Amino acid sequence: MSVASTADKGAPWPLILPAFMLFIAVVLVPLAMTVLLSFHDWGQYKGIEPVFILKNWEEIWSDSYFYEMFARTFRIAALATLLTAVFGAPEAYILNRMRAPWKGFFLLIILGPLLISVVARTLGWALLFGGRNGIVNKALMSMGLIDTPIAFMFTETGVIIALAHVMMPFMVLSVWAALQRVDPQVENAALSLGAGSLTIVRRIVLPQIMPGILSGGIIVFSLAASAFATPSIIGGRRLKVASTLAYDEFLNTLNWPLGAAVAVLLLIAIVLIVVGSNALIERNYSEVFR
Amino acid sequence: MAFLELDHVSKYYEQYAAVEDFCLLVSKGEFISLLGPSGCGKTTTLQMIAGFLNPTSGAIRLDGRDLASIKPARRGLGIVFQSYALFPHMTAAENVAFGLEMRGVPRAEREVRVRDTLAMVGLDGYGGRYPRRMSGGQQQRVALARALIIKPDVLLLDEPLSNLDAKLREDMQIELRQIQRNLGTTTVLVTHDQKTEAMALSDRIVVMNKGRIEQIGTPHETYEHPASAFVSQFLGKTNEFSAEIRGDGDARKLVAGSCEWQAPAGPSGQVVITVRPEKITFDAAGDNEGLGARVKTRIFQGNHWLFQCETECGPAIAVRQNDGEQQPAEGDKVRLVWRAEDMAIRRAGDVQ
Ligand SMILES: Nc1ncnc2c1ncn2[C@@H]1O[C@H](COP(=O)(O)OP(=O)(O)O)[C@@H](O)[C@H]1O
Ligand SMILES: [Mg+2]
Repeated sequence: MSVASTADKGAPWPLILPAFMLFIAVVLVPLAMTVLLSFHDWGQYKGIEPVFILKNWEEIWSDSYFYEMFARTFRIAALATLLTAVFGAPEAYILNRMRAPWKGFFLLIILGPLLISVVARTLGWALLFGGRNGIVNKALMSMGLIDTPIAFMFTETGVIIALAHVMMPFMVLSVWAALQRVDPQVENAALSLGAGSLTIVRRIVLPQIMPGILSGGIIVFSLAASAFATPSIIGGRRLKVASTLAYDEFLNTLNWPLGAAVAVLLLIAIVLIVVGSNALIERNYSEVFR
Repeated sequence: MAFLELDHVSKYYEQYAAVEDFCLLVSKGEFISLLGPSGCGKTTTLQMIAGFLNPTSGAIRLDGRDLASIKPARRGLGIVFQSYALFPHMTAAENVAFGLEMRGVPRAEREVRVRDTLAMVGLDGYGGRYPRRMSGGQQQRVALARALIIKPDVLLLDEPLSNLDAKLREDMQIELRQIQRNLGTTTVLVTHDQKTEAMALSDRIVVMNKGRIEQIGTPHETYEHPASAFVSQFLGKTNEFSAEIRGDGDARKLVAGSCEWQAPAGPSGQVVITVRPEKITFDAAGDNEGLGARVKTRIFQGNHWLFQCETECGPAIAVRQNDGEQQPAEGDKVRLVWRAEDMAIRRAGDVQ
């Protein structure tokens, strides 16, 4: 056994080589080129100049517009994550307690939206709440419940709600997976020891699915922070987030180097936040769950 | 008066009877085992006592009170689950303390009682460990401590020892019995393991089959005088020979192969006699009494020998103590002898 394993030590490397090459070609090379691009110069008339300057980074650093925009990006992502946790965790819990035919049916309903394009789903929100002509706004106004349409389009609240809706399946799936590892008798055990149902949820169930909520939160947060379709449809041109701003710089202003700097900064921030919180989770839960 | 009473309790899943017409009286301090093959309704019965399932019909009474209207959280029963169902995010001490916490016991008293209870199950010093860091036997002890600390009226144990290896299980059995004796807690244990737990631990056992009670009695009584073929086969190995009861009055004879006995009162015609393997001896005198047989295989099992024989009435097994006596070898012709009172007789075809 030990002889074979030492003899074969080199073997895995050729085997992963194709995948590794693909990874280099489609991930690392474009990434490196983007990073490089962010140090190039750009002018209205001269276009992109392949020099090495810090102009774009200085601009982002000094202009408060970028602060605001990044703060908005992460505020939206954080609040959308919170929303998915607040609604997704109970949803998964209730789903998990359902009986056989209904369980599968409702799981399909919750995960079904994953099969529909994000654009289509987001447009649905726009149709419901889009200004005076949105169906819900129209109905509420004609019933006399509201005078002016609910501000949803082009607001942060709108983007957060729509994002939370789009990302919900990821949270539900993550919590669902955590619930599968919970011994169903554990709740009965707590019950027999005299715990009420609220205590059981708070003291017994929640702590056990917390790792699921947190890892779901990491997924939702990173997806929401880099989301493009929803912020661009609901947020529009006025309510910029990092990804829509980078897109604008690339395709409208044609200032590719600045767009690249924004994109790289977004990537770095997300990676730092995700890796940091993951390490935190690992540290807090390794004792209990491994 | 009975402390715990199950009065014609049934549980139906649609048409399927998981438990049917279950009647049992348990006195205070008694240790009762529900024994039966997998799927015979043991867990269902236990869960109805615990209150996690509602009986379809019948009543369960504890100390004279009907439990139907009392929620599981208020029944004050201690339960040890087959999977232990420990709270994985709490340390052993926190697990054990949970029941006291729910009862509003002050912290200082809680700590003392947790320490005492952990010590009682042999886990002093392990309070700070998380369940995942404990062995199966230790988790089992935590589960027991967690159930016992609330001083339950009744302790319910669902296959508590089935996840332990043989050696540990034997130790735990003895310990469990001692703890139960010391505390005097009325206990209902569920197991499908006919060989050890129920026999070793119980004051009485309840043998169940397909949701129904087959027999209630002390372990010895049930083993020696099984009420049905099912009980006799379930409680350890047994031999069955077809026989016939002939004649009338004083001339009534029980005949099996070349053997004859004075027939007891009861059925006539074709019967089946059952004899436990350890009750069979080999005829040493060579006076041609007993059932003619030939030893097919002889297996040494440490403290005893196991013989598989081919008799004139079909195959049979016999167990002899390894007491240093000369034992027959494979292929030897032997005669199997047993005392008349060691065999049970039932009508042929009366098989479950
Ligand atoms: N929720 C349920 N729905 C339908 N049948 C069930 C349900 N729970 C248990 N049963 C059936 O009831 C019978 C008794 O189950 P159980 O009490 O768990 O058996 P045991 O503990 O003796 O192995 C089994 O045949 C099982 O299939
Ligand atoms: Mg069971």
